Amino acid sequence: MKALDRVVAKAQATIPMDRQLQGVHLYQKARLRVLGGAPDPIVERPVPPVEELDLAEIDVSNPFLFRQGRWQSYFARLRDEAPVHFQANSPFGPFWSVTRYDDIMAVDKNHEVFSAEPFIVIGTPPPGMSLEMFIAMDPPRHDLQRQAVQGVVSPKNLKEMEGLIRERVREVLDDLPVGEPFDWVERVSVELTSRMLATLLDFPYEQRQKLVYWSDLAASSEGTTGGPSDMDEMFRGMADMARHFTALWHDKAARTAAGEAPGFDLITLLQSNENTKDLVDRPMEFLGNLTLLIVGGNDTTRNSMTGGVLALNRFPDQFAKLKANPDLIPNMVSEIIRWQTPLAYMRRIAKTDTMLNGQFIRKGDKLVMWYASGNRDESKFERADELVIDRPNARNHISFGFGVHRCMGNRLAELQLRILWEELLERFEDIAVVGEPEYVQSNFVKGYTRMLVQLSPKQPA
Amino acid sequence: MATVTFITHDGEKHEAPLVEGQSLMQVATDNAVPGIDGDCGGESACGTCHVIVDGAWAGLSGGCSEDEEQMLGMNPERQPTSRLSCQIGLTADLDGLTVHLPEFQL
Repeated sequence: MKALDRVVAKAQATIPMDRQLQGVHLYQKARLRVLGGAPDPIVERPVPPVEELDLAEIDVSNPFLFRQGRWQSYFARLRDEAPVHFQANSPFGPFWSVTRYDDIMAVDKNHEVFSAEPFIVIGTPPPGMSLEMFIAMDPPRHDLQRQAVQGVVSPKNLKEMEGLIRERVREVLDDLPVGEPFDWVERVSVELTSRMLATLLDFPYEQRQKLVYWSDLAASSEGTTGGPSDMDEMFRGMADMARHFTALWHDKAARTAAGEAPGFDLITLLQSNENTKDLVDRPMEFLGNLTLLIVGGNDTTRNSMTGGVLALNRFPDQFAKLKANPDLIPNMVSEIIRWQTPLAYMRRIAKTDTMLNGQFIRKGDKLVMWYASGNRDESKFERADELVIDRPNARNHISFGFGVHRCMGNRLAELQLRILWEELLERFEDIAVVGEPEYVQSNFVKGYTRMLVQLSPKQPA
Repeated sequence: MATVTFITHDGEKHEAPLVEGQSLMQVATDNAVPGIDGDCGGESACGTCHVIVDGAWAGLSGGCSEDEEQMLGMNPERQPTSRLSCQIGLTADLDGLTVHLPEFQL
């Protein structure tokens, strides 16, 4: 390791993490004041119908595509006319869009040519905020870090958690108003996922909302995914998160040293693994991996919980089918995850010159695997835009990705959704969406900020 | 009739007809054998068709490819004779092939 690297590593290991982030924040603010060049804030404009554009003008990095209901037609045109499509001039720089299922699979599997480093989002995180996460690492480094944490969501661990998850779902559902509209996103989707996150981290339960706040903040910067966040708020939030997680680490270490039985939470697992037992001394990695786990388990599950209700409202024959046959719940869960595709894409960089479906990709080019498009590819899924709860190949969806980075939490997501629907069907005859939902501003997160729902109770038989 | 046998973690046996040219995973999913998912459709890309080949058959059915190793390497239930069943191509001489299923698929 070069001398400078040693110095930096030592500094990072000794100066409290939140102070480091404050330092970076101050530096960035000063830089902007002196040099200018803060990017113009993104303003929402109407997205033109895709038929009116030349192929080269199509830019699917637009964070308003989902909100304005344009995404299906944009991606359908790319799948048909330019399945590997180059956009030379986006606000995030030039990039290739890969929109067909088979091509996405080919890229996802081939981590030797298509690297997940340095970031898996289309843009770049704010300078100084480049948290290191194994989702954005290649093997072998990726493997070491993933291996250290995978136990927290292993199916074996999940079996232990099933009872607790069901208890919480019941508690939340039994507390919902019946016969009057309320915000499903806040009262159900966010509430249930925040409880889950607190459990995974053994984070103080009454402060669980912070986990949601931090993970929303982490994914939402303008330069990263086109989201509406403020750099100052982001730095303050990340510094606060660093303080809390550092305290959690030391607290847990002290409790273990005092003889407390080890739990199955994430920090315990990190502390008991040879490769990560001193992770707190590598703050960008520490923060990165914790952020990854809370982000991974946050809006993805949340938006699938909301999306399932919306989809069953848009396809009422499927709701009837579900009520007549609750055994379809597990398959329906996969179909909901396909239909919603809570994370629209993952990004890669080509490590060498290569060919992809007839296009010449240059070393260093950015490629975006549009899962949201692959999941609506008619060559793979019949009537792809429809929710079909007994679809035979629902489990082939690409929402979790494929290859070495395939979502580690996939069984936990499925478990939460299955339990939610089991308990919903026992309690309610109708789960009616009132009005239209509001959508997240992002090219990455396909989600909902608000959705009014009115419940009617199940009639006694 | 040539067959293959899947033994679940609980010891339940499921016998299915061996179809030459198909993968073992395909036979499992075609016959609704519980405990094998095959989410990627046989591309060695998800690890959810993991089987543990019975000792007697390990030599004949072959070892893991590099792709399989990638997906199985971090699996907590991995055994020396673990394979991805989507990569086991069925031939007549595998008549009687027996595999054990892990408790969980990842």
